[in-house]
Amino acid sequence: MSPVVRLRSVVCLLGRFPALAGVDLDVEAGEVVLLSGGNGAGKTTLLRVVAGLVPVHQGAAEVLGTDLTRDRRGHRSRLALVGQEAAAYDDLTVLENVRFAARTTGRSDADADTVVGELGLTPLADVRHGRLSTGQRRRLGLAVGLVRRPELLLLDEPHAGLDVPGRAFLDGVLASASDSGTAVLIASHELDLVRPVADREVVLTNGRTLPGDDPTVDPAGEPGVVR
Amino acid sequence: MSIWREAGIVAGKDLRIERRARVVSQQILPFGVIVLLLFAFALDPDRGVLRRVAPGLFWVTVLLSALLAISRSFGIESENAARDGLRLSGLDPSSVFLGKALALAVELAVFEVLLTAGIVVLFDVHLGAVVPLALAAVAATVGLAAAGTLYGVLAAGIRARETLVPVLMLPVVAPVLLGATRAWEASIDGATSDAWPWVGLLGVFAVLFVGIGMLAFGPLLEES
Amino acid sequence: MSATTPSTTERLLNPWVRRVFGAAALASLVALVVVGLFVAPPDAVQGDAQRIMYVHVPAAWIAYVAFGVTSITSLLYLWPRTRSLVWDRIAGASAELGVVFTGLTLVLGSIWGRPVWGVWWAWDARLVTTAVLFFLYVGYLALRRVPAATDVRAKRSAIAALIAFVDVPIVHFSVTWWRTLHQQGTVFNEKLDAEIHGTMALALWLGVLAFTVLYVYLLDLRYRLEALDEDRETRELDAAIADRVRGAVGVTS
Repeated sequence: MSPVVRLRSVVCLLGRFPALAGVDLDVEAGEVVLLSGGNGAGKTTLLRVVAGLVPVHQGAAEVLGTDLTRDRRGHRSRLALVGQEAAAYDDLTVLENVRFAARTTGRSDADADTVVGELGLTPLADVRHGRLSTGQRRRLGLAVGLVRRPELLLLDEPHAGLDVPGRAFLDGVLASASDSGTAVLIASHELDLVRPVADREVVLTNGRTLPGDDPTVDPAGEPGVVR
Repeated sequence: MSIWREAGIVAGKDLRIERRARVVSQQILPFGVIVLLLFAFALDPDRGVLRRVAPGLFWVTVLLSALLAISRSFGIESENAARDGLRLSGLDPSSVFLGKALALAVELAVFEVLLTAGIVVLFDVHLGAVVPLALAAVAATVGLAAAGTLYGVLAAGIRARETLVPVLMLPVVAPVLLGATRAWEASIDGATSDAWPWVGLLGVFAVLFVGIGMLAFGPLLEES
Repeated sequence: MSATTPSTTERLLNPWVRRVFGAAALASLVALVVVGLFVAPPDAVQGDAQRIMYVHVPAAWIAYVAFGVTSITSLLYLWPRTRSLVWDRIAGASAELGVVFTGLTLVLGSIWGRPVWGVWWAWDARLVTTAVLFFLYVGYLALRRVPAATDVRAKRSAIAALIAFVDVPIVHFSVTWWRTLHQQGTVFNEKLDAEIHGTMALALWLGVLAFTVLYVYLLDLRYRLEALDEDRETRELDAAIADRVRGAVGVTS
């Protein structure tokens, strides 16, 4: 079965800076892959490249069957990117934001209401995004992403700032990935929380992945140590 | 989803935000009326000048206020990861353009109606032939909304957005100012046959810029 | 992949052709000064003030040519099959020249207008259109100044240039309509392009020739400057990639 994500020697630029300088990556359906690495290693950029938001400067990139060097828009509705900030408008309420996300991907308002409930956001349904706490915003970010029912879920530091109910929900999502067939690529510093549920780990150092797809990580803990 | 349904979703979102935040009604409209007052201070209300130049003053005020509305329209997309959300939504970019332009047009239309009341009251203007007046305003508004949404997205990711959009857009929409003012002058004077050619020009401009916007919005959104 | 390999198109003219153009520009400008100021007779009605036409008309002509080049090259850049940064560089360089020559046209027209019309400026259709044209491309140049990756800037500028191009006829049309509605006083009947023949025609054509050659020469110079700039950026980028691969650079993303 062809992988959901397949990157080979990918180089990409942020302005003039080579944020990624040679990345190899495979993610299969139903797999949870942990992307680890220090600050500035390029984890966020890598997720954005996979989402098609950042162009590929060099290398080969295929995501959800689409060659990103030719078309980086076609696959977007089949994935979700949940980053540090939610794709939400400050003046709209929780429910309105999730419903907007649902409508733009052809889902129903009922789907939106369900996801809001699953994330425990129903009591906050009528609160504007601008008034939410950080933890609540992170939960909303997850809701906005998941209402799309993506085949590929890209998570950027999802545990950071996430409150307890949110974490419980997130664990559920990660645990059920293989059942639902969703591929998950999760960039995270919270190695203790994610390693137990991850199928594989890829370490990113200075914009490069370590050679080989299944690197051995120093059990002492600090990834991103320069070889 | 049809392009109109998608546009409706986007327009609905923008208008809902406006209804909640009330930026056009509570900030931009007062700005417009204040500008009318400033014109009165500058031009001496006692010599009948204001009444004669009212159409021009009106449309200049609309133009300047539109710049604020455009800035706001794209300001909301800079909140959080909203722009990423639009790009990832899978919506056809032409639909997003139509939706945002539609919302902007509605906001401008409401603004213009209230500002018209302003010039009737403050400058003692008698509106005359209302039909060409209204049609000219509709065509001008659609043209401004289309051009504004186009330049808004072009400058969306740029930090100097607020100063760049005016210098790019104002020369381009000069024909709209010309046409709308002449059409209004003719309508107010009752010379309606003089107004129609200008309404035609405004219509051509509007259609042209809606077309350009639908084509160019996607590539420009990607680079923002 | 990047749209072009900078090293193969660093200039538009080969060095000998460029020198010839430079010499020809200089020679024809000198000839223009001689013929325009001394050889051609003064105009029967406007006197010596009419001589400014020998530079004003060519300046306006080159301005239109320059903006035409910007528009065509912008289209060539946006068209996927012909996409190349060469077109973008030409577009930017030509627009700069266009703005300079348009500004020159306006100033020269104003200098002419003072003795002949008695005013520094008149709201004549052509002048107004030229003024709007000036600002359309000043905006374009401001947009090009915004810091951005080369291909991002190229795409954005190309779209802006094409919008301006489409807008020009509308501006021209609306302004001309507007000004013909108003009766112009007889004082403005002294048009810039009065009947000319003989040495006066020679001077005018000499002006057109000189300015065209000058335009090509300056375009090549400006193009090379831009190409050198981009070449430097590419080399810096390659070095940065190499550094990053070696792990020498650690920057917070």
